[in-house]
Amino acid sequence: MAENNGAGSKPRTIIEKIWDNHVVAEQPGAPPLLYIDLHLVHEVTSPQAFSGLRARGLKVRRPDLTIGTTDHSIPTYDRNLPILDKVAEAQITQFEKNCREFGVPFYGPHDSQQGIVHVIGPEQGFTQPGMTVVCGDSHTATHGAFGALAFGIGTSQVEHVLASQCLLQSASQTFQVRVEGTLKPGVGAKDIILNLISRIGIGGGTGCVFEYSGSAIRSLSMEERMTICNMSIEGGARAGLVAPDDTTYQYLSGRRYAPKGKEWDRAVAAWRQLPTDPGAQFDKQIDIDASSLEPMITFGTNPGMGIPITAPVPDPSAYSDPLERDSLGKALRYMDLSSGKPLLGHPVNVVFIGSCTNSRISDLRAAAEIFKGRKVNSKVRVMVVPGSQLVKKQAQAEGLDRIFLDAGAEWREAGCSMCIAMNGDELRPGEYSVSTSNRNFEGRQGKGGRTFLASPLTAAASAVTGVVTDVRTLL
Amino acid sequence: MEKFTTFTSRLAPLPIDNIDTDQIIPARFLKTTSKDGLGDQLFYDWRYDQQGNPKADFILNRPEGRAAQILLAGDNFGCGSSREHAPWALTQYGFRAVISTSFADIFRGNSLKNSFLPIIVSPDDQKKLFSAVSANPEAAVTVDLAEQKLTLPDGSSVTFPIDAFAKNCMLEGVDELGYILKQEAAIAAFEARRPLSVNTLA
Repeated sequence: MAENNGAGSKPRTIIEKIWDNHVVAEQPGAPPLLYIDLHLVHEVTSPQAFSGLRARGLKVRRPDLTIGTTDHSIPTYDRNLPILDKVAEAQITQFEKNCREFGVPFYGPHDSQQGIVHVIGPEQGFTQPGMTVVCGDSHTATHGAFGALAFGIGTSQVEHVLASQCLLQSASQTFQVRVEGTLKPGVGAKDIILNLISRIGIGGGTGCVFEYSGSAIRSLSMEERMTICNMSIEGGARAGLVAPDDTTYQYLSGRRYAPKGKEWDRAVAAWRQLPTDPGAQFDKQIDIDASSLEPMITFGTNPGMGIPITAPVPDPSAYSDPLERDSLGKALRYMDLSSGKPLLGHPVNVVFIGSCTNSRISDLRAAAEIFKGRKVNSKVRVMVVPGSQLVKKQAQAEGLDRIFLDAGAEWREAGCSMCIAMNGDELRPGEYSVSTSNRNFEGRQGKGGRTFLASPLTAAASAVTGVVTDVRTLL
Repeated sequence: MEKFTTFTSRLAPLPIDNIDTDQIIPARFLKTTSKDGLGDQLFYDWRYDQQGNPKADFILNRPEGRAAQILLAGDNFGCGSSREHAPWALTQYGFRAVISTSFADIFRGNSLKNSFLPIIVSPDDQKKLFSAVSANPEAAVTVDLAEQKLTLPDGSSVTFPIDAFAKNCMLEGVDELGYILKQEAAIAAFEARRPLSVNTLA
């Protein structure tokens, strides 16, 4: 990537600018050492890292740039009840012990600000433009919505960052995703990202960082931008970001950890320098016409297997590459679907509205619009799981919880829940879900479970009818 | 970490594209706080039926698969989550390398940090290897990391790319953290010239 040779030089992308600002050292024979501004930790991918610190006698170098939360393995039922899964309970207890021992601030299960790691960072103002943000979680790209370079890391790297606040990291390629035009009613951010992934495939962005740009991206709210950046990894890209603009600053202004007063003014002035320079070159590029998009849904066992909701499920025999053909055939067998007709009308057992992709207040409002004055189909279990305790509180202040409960949906406590199904919230073998989460891999939502990924609108519409439904018929 | 040495092994073929980390190790096994015992859970839902009995047709349950230290996979192996439990499970099971045409970024990085070698080959060589192992389950390849050389069953050899630093760490049997901690002066200097961005303790 570009050298850090200052203003007046070669035009740079926002990705290169953030990178250049964080290179601590570059030595021959080793990747650059990159400084990390914000490190988010959770109970699942950190215990072995803390053990590693202990074994080496190391401290957490910058607990003031680190924040912990419990989200993956905690139950989403009443927090006053005991945790039934003793293995999960032990993991949560160990996490709290680790954070206390190493001085890392954290939100435990009973904290009023607990929530999914990628929901709480933005809502509290931890996540800011121009930062490098990492977490032992592949959906860390969510924070890219603020114009931050945010990416998932493994547990070894969690240990590296805890110990040194740095990572050895090679630069990625840059990939411009330009989305122009106006979305049609019933089509939203989730449909944009599912469309992108269906076009480039789940390995299409490997080795790259996406920059999402264009008029359709500019017109999205911060929460919608988070939905898009969140699923960058589903297109193979470790990170994806949107350059900051007034929408970003309006969202951040006044948040608990956002800069205040003169510091705010200084920060905004610096952030305004971040957007990609005119004439900067990207390694790859794709254009999407927002006005041509329809609500999207996945039919298969990876997020790239997506189609417009009115389109037929593809036929494996149309593929010439034998591995591709076999992989698609295997997916359709797992899903017990036949090709040639749309998913519309396919029975649904569970609807899950939640996850770091779609559990924010605007997602809950969108779902509530559909549920208002309607009932959930009696054959469907509907779980609404807010992304954080603050989202939950806000939804209750707006009366959304009453709308969900009156419709016959479950209103649960904040956490990752059935997105990753390691906390007891799971599909039974053979069940179908319409889910607002990010992954439809085999067994992802429970062993033998089958997932259709879609937007909160599509999920809510399918909850009401009991079958896969085009939300535009209910608008 | 042990030094990564040259070895010869049979291949366990998994001719499926986009094998994700949820298949390599399902999320319900991530509630552990240690790295141990994950080998038994490798590919659990492909390896065992609902009752927990081994599925006879799955490669790791067949004699030819059990003898392999190298996995031969379809494109884009290791996509999905950042869980380092995936390479932990693979190495604890006994695998030392995986061959594919491409690897997901996070999985590749995690693997290298655990002395588990992701070997990138061309689509043609991948096809050749699948054919070779299908014709003869005992077909073996030799992995020479120092030379970045993979010797195919027919005696021909191909080279594979690997990050020079990671390669050195694997050959020497050292991890990256020691190197990073030696950069303390540069890290401290960087922090001194840059103000604090956010104070989570506030």
